[in-house]
Amino acid sequence: MDTVLQAALNGLVSGTILALPAIGFTAMFAVLRYPNFAVAAFATLGAYGGWMANAWLGWPVVAALVAAFALAGLVGACIERVALEPLRPAGPLTVAIAAIALNVVIENILRFSFGNDLRGYDLPLARDVHFAGLRIAPQQIENLALALAVMAALFGFLAFTRIGKAMRATADNPDLARLKGIEPRRVELLAVLVGAGLCGVGGMLLGLDTSVDPLTGFRVVLSVFAAAVVGGLGSIPGAVAGALVIGLAEELATLAVAPTYKSAVGFVAILLVLTLRPRGLLGERAY
Amino acid sequence: MSGWANYIVFIIATGGFYALLALSLNLIWGGAGMVNLGLAGFFALGAYASALLTVSAGAPIVAGFVGALVVGAVGGYVVTMSTTRLRGDYLAIVTLGFAETIRLIANNEIWLTRGSDGISGIPGPFRAALGGWFNAAYAAGTVALVVLVWFLLRRLDLSPYGRALRAVREDQQVAQVAGKRILRFKIEAFAISAAIAALAGALYGHFNSYVAPDVFQPLITIYIFLAVAAGGVGRAAGAVLGAYLVIFFLEATRFAAAAIPDLSPVQHAAIREMLVGLALVLVLRWRPQGLLPEHIPPAPRPASTS
Repeated sequence: MDTVLQAALNGLVSGTILALPAIGFTAMFAVLRYPNFAVAAFATLGAYGGWMANAWLGWPVVAALVAAFALAGLVGACIERVALEPLRPAGPLTVAIAAIALNVVIENILRFSFGNDLRGYDLPLARDVHFAGLRIAPQQIENLALALAVMAALFGFLAFTRIGKAMRATADNPDLARLKGIEPRRVELLAVLVGAGLCGVGGMLLGLDTSVDPLTGFRVVLSVFAAAVVGGLGSIPGAVAGALVIGLAEELATLAVAPTYKSAVGFVAILLVLTLRPRGLLGERAY
Repeated sequence: MSGWANYIVFIIATGGFYALLALSLNLIWGGAGMVNLGLAGFFALGAYASALLTVSAGAPIVAGFVGALVVGAVGGYVVTMSTTRLRGDYLAIVTLGFAETIRLIANNEIWLTRGSDGISGIPGPFRAALGGWFNAAYAAGTVALVVLVWFLLRRLDLSPYGRALRAVREDQQVAQVAGKRILRFKIEAFAISAAIAALAGALYGHFNSYVAPDVFQPLITIYIFLAVAAGGVGRAAGAVLGAYLVIFFLEATRFAAAAIPDLSPVQHAAIREMLVGLALVLVLRWRPQGLLPEHIPPAPRPASTS
């Protein structure tokens, strides 16, 4: 029983962190209408950005998180403007292929600069906290709180600010939004900035939990896609729900199969959802 | 044979495997407008299917090739089944996940695949009889097979089936209104394409006599996308040309990167992979029709009555 509860707790923690890149991926999809497969690179960029701010400049975690957001977001916005936007007339799949190619480029720029060594954040070691027979690391509690704070800020941004509402309007109906005088290119660029930035924040939190190397983002990318698809591609609340489902399923699956099969759980979840309910938990339509 | 001759033979054979993968991708990407981001997974599937059949089950090599074709087609069928009704983005995500899952299984089901050690001692056809000429003969056989597959795909392309497939690519709804069963077309095309990729994998295994999970990096998928895009999406001959161009590019950058002083091997590899990614983006942007653009014959004019 305790092992199940412990797995569920771990799943909730990892699911909450997973929610950030999943929101980023789904939000970019909602506004730009193509799957930006460079999310793995954005997450890794964030992990390195936060690590550089923390280990080289001595910044505390929250400030490093801002650096992670900024680095991933700016790179995401740049490649959108320079490389991906001009490809849009060729169709969403061409843009998606180019995004994968850029993922390879970014990953290898990081590998060239930092090598394949694992990097760790400069943080004090702390003893695990025990309660009710369960165990959790203080760093995990902090990551959980940070992830929730970032999500709250995002929901506030989308619900209450003018540009946030413009983003939702564009995602909902681009033509109607343009009719209302919303500049689509500005909204698109902002969506990539925020989406890639969120991937970066998620990547840094993953790096805090484990370590940073050129494949930090790649290792979770299938879970991110699974979270977005399970929640319904294009739905932000869906991405949060999907991330929690995937996080829980992955951890609970480790009770039955070898832990190395974690990312296969995401694949199975994708197949199941697409077969039974393609629009996901909270999405609209998928065809 | 001397070192250089061996090297050339190796390049010709590897280019042949890539050419088959490129033909496989071209059939669905150029033919039906679907993408397979898990090409490396189908490549691995075929390699393992044939290796397991011939090494572990002791079947003849021909059975290994047939097994790879069947397993590949079934894999392709399974992957497309759940997504053909949906937007193309979903198939892209599913194929990515498929390749990753194949790699996980190859790495972890040690009882079956021997894990990261890989399977060695895969027999090559007439290896003992040919002796030192095995590699050259195998490379020639690979090229012959590429030509055969190219010829068959070209026949398919020119047939009513190929025209219907391209109609699906251009506009699904119109094809459906014209009475084409687009779901069946897409599933069949993908299954054939997956079988060709698996065949390339089987060829690879019997040539190198060794397969391991690390051989089937996701990066191979990027190489093949580069090959098809550079050669010309929708032209089978372009796919073959593109595959050999990519091999040439990879080998040239290998020597070029090694010539840069003061870099570690990791940095050399990083530069090459960076260039491959960059090349794909540049081709998609500046030369989307590739070196051999697709011929689109003009629609026949109705005979004038005057």
